[in-house]
Amino acid sequence: MNKRQLSKYFPVFVLPAFAAFCIGFVYPFFRGIYLSFCAFRTTSDAKWVGLSNYAQVFRDGGFLYSFVFTALFTLVSVLAINLIAFTVAHILTSGIRGANVFRTVFFMPNLIGGVILGYIWQVIFDGILQNYGTNIKLDSRLGFAGLVILLCWQQIGYMMIIYISGLNSIPDHLYEAAKVDGATKWQTLRSVTLPMMMPSITICTFLTLTNSFKLFDQNLALTAGEPGVQVAGETVYQTEMLALNIYNTFYQNMNTRGVGQAKAVVFFLIVAAVGLVQLYLTRSKEVEQ
Amino acid sequence: MLKKILVLSLAALMLLPLFTACGKKADTPSVYYLNFKPEQDTQWKALAKVYSDKTGVPVTVVTAAAGNYEQTLTSEMDKKDAPTLFQVNGPVGLANWKDYCYDFSGSKVLNELTSPDFALTDGEKTLGIAYVLETYGIIYNETLLNKYFNSDFSTVKSVEEINNFEALNTVATEIQANKGALGVDGAFTSAGMDTTSDWRFKTHLANMPIYYEYKAKNITSTDEIEGMYLENYKKVWDMYINNSTVSPTSLASRSVADAESEFKRGRAVFYQNGTWVYDSLKKDASGEGLEDSEFGVLPIYIGVSGEEEQGLCTGSENYWCVNAKASEADILATLDFLYWVVTSEEGTAALAYEMGFVSPFKSAKPAANPLVDIANGYIMSGKTPVSWNFATIPSENWKNGVGTALTQYAAGKGDWKSVESAFVDGWKKEYAAANK
Repeated sequence: MNKRQLSKYFPVFVLPAFAAFCIGFVYPFFRGIYLSFCAFRTTSDAKWVGLSNYAQVFRDGGFLYSFVFTALFTLVSVLAINLIAFTVAHILTSGIRGANVFRTVFFMPNLIGGVILGYIWQVIFDGILQNYGTNIKLDSRLGFAGLVILLCWQQIGYMMIIYISGLNSIPDHLYEAAKVDGATKWQTLRSVTLPMMMPSITICTFLTLTNSFKLFDQNLALTAGEPGVQVAGETVYQTEMLALNIYNTFYQNMNTRGVGQAKAVVFFLIVAAVGLVQLYLTRSKEVEQ
Repeated sequence: MLKKILVLSLAALMLLPLFTACGKKADTPSVYYLNFKPEQDTQWKALAKVYSDKTGVPVTVVTAAAGNYEQTLTSEMDKKDAPTLFQVNGPVGLANWKDYCYDFSGSKVLNELTSPDFALTDGEKTLGIAYVLETYGIIYNETLLNKYFNSDFSTVKSVEEINNFEALNTVATEIQANKGALGVDGAFTSAGMDTTSDWRFKTHLANMPIYYEYKAKNITSTDEIEGMYLENYKKVWDMYINNSTVSPTSLASRSVADAESEFKRGRAVFYQNGTWVYDSLKKDASGEGLEDSEFGVLPIYIGVSGEEEQGLCTGSENYWCVNAKASEADILATLDFLYWVVTSEEGTAALAYEMGFVSPFKSAKPAANPLVDIANGYIMSGKTPVSWNFATIPSENWKNGVGTALTQYAAGKGDWKSVESAFVDGWKKEYAAANK
C-alpha cells in the first residue's frame, strides 16, 4: 500500500478516536462552560443567569483562601518532589548495588490509588499525633505538612524514573570532556548534567505542578478540608484545596451548583495559565543535543 | 480487495461501540428505585425480584453509596432512564427536588398512610410519603447500668430516676469516675467526629436545641435561628466528650464503627444512636453483643425545665417521591409497585422483618426490633416524642460547619463561640443561600 492509498483511509483511523475525544472531552468542556452561566440542579435542566455565578465566585472567601492554600502547597511540593526525585535518580545512576530493587520500591507507591493512600496516611499520622494529643484534622499546619508528605511519597518514584532515563541518555563523552577540562563535580552537575536534563525537568515540573494544583482525592481522604474556622457565619476550611472546594460547592448546597461550575471554569483557566507559563520558562532553557 | 475488506471491517469494528449505546429501547413500563439506605440494599433487591417474577414488571433497585445520595441522584436524574422512584430527606430535600415530584393526591398508596402527618406536602400537593419511622435516643446496656445502680458509689439507684439532665449527668460522671470498678472504659462510647459518625452530633443532637427553640416560639421552621438552647447543647456535648471511652482530643478521626464496637463489647454504658442500629448491636455468631433484654433507651435530656415528660426523638428522613418527569406508564407502574409493597403479604413482611422498619402504613406488620418496642413504650406511657426538626436544617454546609466547630472545641483547639457562630450565623447564611 503506498502513501496515497494510505491517506485515503485517514478518516477511517482517525474518526473513532476523534469521536471519542468529542464525546469525552470537547462536548463536556463546552457544555461545562455554558452551565457556568446557568442556575441548575440537573445539567439537562438549566436556566441562563449570566455572570452572577462568576460574581459570587470572587466574593467567596473560602474559594480565595483555597486558592492561596493550593498555590502555597503547589510551590512546596513541586520543589520537594523534584529536588528529592532528582537526588534519588542521581544516586541510583551512580552505579550503587541494588539500584534496580530501589527503583522498583520507590516507584511502587505510585501504583496505589489516591483515596487509599489518603486513608493509609491518615492512620499513620494519627497513630503518631495521638501521642501528642492532637490530630491531622485539628491543625491546618499539620494538614499542610501531611498533604506534602503524602504527595511526595506518591510522586517521587514516578519523577525519579523520568530523571533516571534522562540521566542515562546523557552521552559519556560530555562527562569525559568535562573531566579533561578539569571541572569539579559541582561544575559538571551545573554545566553539563543540568542543561542536558532540561527536557526531563520540563516534563517533571509540568507533571508535579499540575498534579499538585489539581489534587483532589488525597485531599478528600486525608483531611477532607478540616479544620474549619468561622468567619462571619461562613465556615472556611483550612486545608481545602481548590478542587475539593469546587466539589463541595457543587454538592453541599443544591442552589450553588452553577457557582461550583463557574469555579471549575476559573480553575481551568488558572491551571492552564500556570502550566503554560511553566512550560515556556523551562523550555527556553532546553538545549539541543 | 481482501485488504480493503479487512480494513473496512476493522474500521467498522472500531465504530461499533459508538452505536451500541443508542440501540436500547424500553417499551414495557418499568420501575427504577434509587434507594437511600445501604443497610437494606439486598432486601430491596430481593423484594424487587419477587415483584418482577409475579407481575412481569421489571423493577431495578440501585443503592447510592453512604453519604452520596445527592450526587448519585443528580447524575441519575440527567439520564434518559432516570429513577422513577427516589427519596428526599424532608422539607429541605423536597424544596430541591419538588419540580421532579409527582403529586400523590388520590393515589391508592397515599390512602394507606396511617396519618396524613407522614406525608410531605407543598401547598395542595402531596409530594412525598414517609415509609419508615425511626427513633433515636441514648441506648444503654441494662446489665452494666444495673451494676452501677447496685454499687455503693452510686447516688442514682434506678433508671426511673434518670428523668432529667442532672440525673443523667450524675450517672455519667459517677460511672466515669468508677470505670475500673464497673469494668468499662467510660460512660459514653466515643463521640467520633469522622464522616461516618459526626451526623450523630451535628444533626441528631443538634435537633434538641432546634426542637426546643421551635417549641418555645411555636414555629416549624425558621430563616434565622437564635440559639436559645445552645448552652444546653454545650452541656450535653461536654458530658459526652468528658465521660467517654477515649480522650476528647482523639475524637476527630473516630468512626461510628469504633463506638459500635465499644458498646457491643460492653466497654461503655451509653451510646447515642437509633433503632436502625439494632442489627449491628445484637448478639452475633461470635457471641459479642447484647441480648434483646439488655437493651434500654433514654431520652436525650439537655436540661430544659419540664423535660421529665420528654420522650425519644421519632420521625422520618426517608420519603418516597415518584419522578413526575418519567413516562405516564412508568409512573403508574411505580405507584402499583409501592401499593403492592405496603399492602401485600410479601411486601409488608419484607419491610417489617427483613428490613426491620416501622412503617406508617395501615397493613404494616410490627417490626422485630426491641429498640422499636422500647420506643413504642415511651409513646404509650404518654411521653412527648421529640420531632425530627433537623430536616429543616438549611443545608449540608450548615451541618459541616457545626461539625468541625464541635470537633475543635472537643480537642481544645477552638472555643464554644465558634460553635455558636456556626450554628446561628451559619444558619442565616445557608438559609439565604438555599432560598434565593
